[in-house]
Amino acid sequence: MSPLSSDTTTDSPIAELPGDALRQRAVDELRSALGDGLIDSLIKPGDDVWVRVALTSWREAGAVLRDKLGMDYFCFLSAIDWMPSPYGRGEDAPDVVIERSTEIKQGYTGGETRFQVFARVASTHLHYGITIKADVPDDDLVVPSWIPNYAGANWHERECHEMFGIGFGGHPNLINMYLPTGFEGHPMRKDFPLLARMVKPWPGIVDVEPLPGDDGPSSENLEADNPDSINNAAGES
Amino acid sequence: MSLDTMLGDRQKLAYIASQAADARLNVELETEGMTLNIGPQHPATHGTLRIICRLDGEQVVWAEPSAGYMHRGYEKLTEVRTFPQVTTLVNRIDWLGSFANEVPFILASEKLMQVEAPPRAQHIRTILFELSRIANVGLFLGDLGVQMGAVTPVFMAFRDREYVLNLIESATGGRFHPNFDRIGGLLNDLPKGWIEETRGVMRKLRNFCTEMEDLLFGNEIFQTRTRGVGIIPKDVALSHGLSGANLRASGVDYDLRRDQVLPMAWDKTEFTVWTHPDGDSFARCWVRLMETRESTLIVDQLLDTMPAGPVMAKVPRIIKVPEGEAWVSTENPLGEMGYYVVSKGDLGPFRVKIRSASFNNISIVPWVLRGVYVPDIITILASLYFILGDIDR
Amino acid sequence: MLAVTIPYWGQTLLRVLGGIVAVLLPAGTIVYLFLFKMMSFMQSRLGPMEAGPYGSMQLFAEVGKWLQKEDIVPGRADKYIFRAAPLIVLVSTFLLVVVVPFGPDAYFTNFEIGVFYMLAVSSISTLGILIAGWSSANKYSLLGGLRAAGQLIAYELPMVLAVVGVVIQAGTMNLQDIVLKQNGGEIFGLDWIGNPYILTQFIGFAVFMIAVQAELTQVPFDMPIAESELVSGYMTEYSGFRFLIFFIAEFATAGIFSLIASALFLGGWGVPFAWFGWDNVGDISNWMNIVGPLIMFSKMMLLSFVIMWVRFTYPRFREDQLQRFAWKVLIPVSLVNIMVTAILKVAF
Repeated sequence: MSPLSSDTTTDSPIAELPGDALRQRAVDELRSALGDGLIDSLIKPGDDVWVRVALTSWREAGAVLRDKLGMDYFCFLSAIDWMPSPYGRGEDAPDVVIERSTEIKQGYTGGETRFQVFARVASTHLHYGITIKADVPDDDLVVPSWIPNYAGANWHERECHEMFGIGFGGHPNLINMYLPTGFEGHPMRKDFPLLARMVKPWPGIVDVEPLPGDDGPSSENLEADNPDSINNAAGES
Repeated sequence: MSLDTMLGDRQKLAYIASQAADARLNVELETEGMTLNIGPQHPATHGTLRIICRLDGEQVVWAEPSAGYMHRGYEKLTEVRTFPQVTTLVNRIDWLGSFANEVPFILASEKLMQVEAPPRAQHIRTILFELSRIANVGLFLGDLGVQMGAVTPVFMAFRDREYVLNLIESATGGRFHPNFDRIGGLLNDLPKGWIEETRGVMRKLRNFCTEMEDLLFGNEIFQTRTRGVGIIPKDVALSHGLSGANLRASGVDYDLRRDQVLPMAWDKTEFTVWTHPDGDSFARCWVRLMETRESTLIVDQLLDTMPAGPVMAKVPRIIKVPEGEAWVSTENPLGEMGYYVVSKGDLGPFRVKIRSASFNNISIVPWVLRGVYVPDIITILASLYFILGDIDR
Repeated sequence: MLAVTIPYWGQTLLRVLGGIVAVLLPAGTIVYLFLFKMMSFMQSRLGPMEAGPYGSMQLFAEVGKWLQKEDIVPGRADKYIFRAAPLIVLVSTFLLVVVVPFGPDAYFTNFEIGVFYMLAVSSISTLGILIAGWSSANKYSLLGGLRAAGQLIAYELPMVLAVVGVVIQAGTMNLQDIVLKQNGGEIFGLDWIGNPYILTQFIGFAVFMIAVQAELTQVPFDMPIAESELVSGYMTEYSGFRFLIFFIAEFATAGIFSLIASALFLGGWGVPFAWFGWDNVGDISNWMNIVGPLIMFSKMMLLSFVIMWVRFTYPRFREDQLQRFAWKVLIPVSLVNIMVTAILKVAF
């Protein structure tokens, strides 16, 4: 039974290091704990730190973050689908065929697969956080669950599962969070179309009813022609 | 209003008993439990939240919230919007304090564009942020009474909230959904006379906080209903990702206004971060009350030190945010709200992960509702304070 | 008395009409004045203003609205009991008003055991509430009904014990005699106040008012209704005319209990006899039969004001806190009150 108020004192020597040194120390700790599991890292000076780990070290990395680096606060866990959307931004007329690049290019700390699962945790004592990513193999979309590390991962993994179709091994109750039971498809994947845009592309292709007194619809970018718009007044660049 | 823990021995024992509720078996009178459905239409839940409880008499044995009745698919919708258009969407996540939703997204985009808003814009942003906090939590204080059965404080809360909404409307044009923040600054400057009027409104709101303190928090029945109810210890709160007043009421001294460096004006003010050692419902309500009063003091300080200057930096007419990823989170009225913006150099974002506070706050409901009585469900939900749009996005 | 002799059926008709007026008039006045207007003013708003001048016709509008709604009986409800439950609650109110004296000759009946009768019939509404909750085939109503059963039975006892103190002091259970004794008596040798039992039975008065608040399931004791949890508790499934009966019964009972409390503690329909030099019942002038009800009405408004004022201000107790309050606080206090009253009565 947990006590009513636990006292936590982390007398870790990391507490004295400022900013970037703190982040570098975190990356070094992870490397020494995970070894080859830590694939890549990126520290943006004065800003933030990203690391990418192998999927086999995903759960262990969470434990290291929680125990050794003092990251007691669980922020969120989700996934990114790096495939560019075949539908663009839903602004094209339905009969026009547009060639779009299908190249999958990942972001910070690279990656090899289409899906990446990522999480963020923070330390309430040292006042910094870390974003951790892992590749999810395309043929076997299963990720070990983070529930043993942070209890809050329960709901985040449920949402990630229903939105991306990524399974979480060891999750006690992987049912849909937002969508009705038996919903087919995984909405956040890029190849799942946004139905509203399929039905009616936006904007400019559709007929815009003219205002009374106007002489015709304008399907141009109205903001570009409006001299009062703040973006026009601020000057060109 | 004391800061000391008032959890007597009886309440500590009650906490232990509630923890053991899972293993409790009623051998003599083996009655079948009753499954009660609270919501989705219910006066107590702030919107369409459904909680399925299995009861044994009046005690909850198992509870599970079922969210998603208001899921609008914001993360998918942001992928088909341009960057300036996202603020219109994002206003509607936490609709009671809606300016505060725009700010982390704008800050993340500005981080990627390496643009900083001018000092006056930062000041005004912070003032509007704190005003939206006051509006949001002011409603909470009134709503707390209604959940308990006291029907009078809520009218005073709405009356005083109107002052704040009028202020926001005169500055931004919208009471509930301002859509005022822009990448690089703000849409407009403040109208004439706004600063004086805000000072007056802040004075009125401090009176309102005192009124709530006397009317509601000093009431013995309220104290009996909330003290020792729904205790959340520190480690459970942190591992679930509870944030905001819920976390501070469990004794964790963590406030994102003070504990990180952002291009906003909080570091130019002095304010107290209120915490409470018990993790019970009374602590959560009390911390919010003190924070509301603190917000009015912050706004006063910011009004006194408002710099002159432009409110918009030089940004291109068509905004294309360079490739990169950024995470910004702020201390919103409901907790920690953050946006993880992934951009590919397009007109719009590639992926936006919206981390909303109430999602984590409500994920603790199955844990905290074990062993409590049915009236306490309402007390605990009221004290955790969620907005449906924040849970469901 | 009156110049004409009214046949027995005429008297009965007058009594019936008088009873209906005596029940509905307090209910209507309390609803309009306190529920609509006073609550609104306390909450810095105006309340109903549209229907009639200053919203005075709002009550008729509400009654009309409820009457024209569809009478819905849930499919799985126990039909006969479901339909009967509101009537049982209303019947107990009408039975209660029968013992209240409104003037020296203006009363419905003159029971020798009026107090006993009053306490007995006030429990009938408990039955109505319980079967309303049970027969509704709705889990919320069931919870409300069960809570009501526990609460109403628990708070019967403090009410009875509080009244026992008055009975001991008056030496009679006849409500008319209690009123006469209060107005004809004297306290500390001052006979211009009379002897309203609130001065000596202040503990009994406080316990009685708290018990009445609980018997009416008003906040802070409104767990059976508990609007933010159980929607409407035992009344959830009722709509239309049946809900109107519950509504009227709630406020009518509030009015009747205030009338009884003013008869027991505040001196009822009378003013201290010393003001007019009366010595016994026969001396009282006839105009007291007309002024008496008015005095009763104003005392009832005063006590209902207190009941409603508490209702709008406080949050509600949880069920177990409520029970603890009744059994561990109110009953011992009222028992002590009885003991002290008995000792003092014998001593003086």
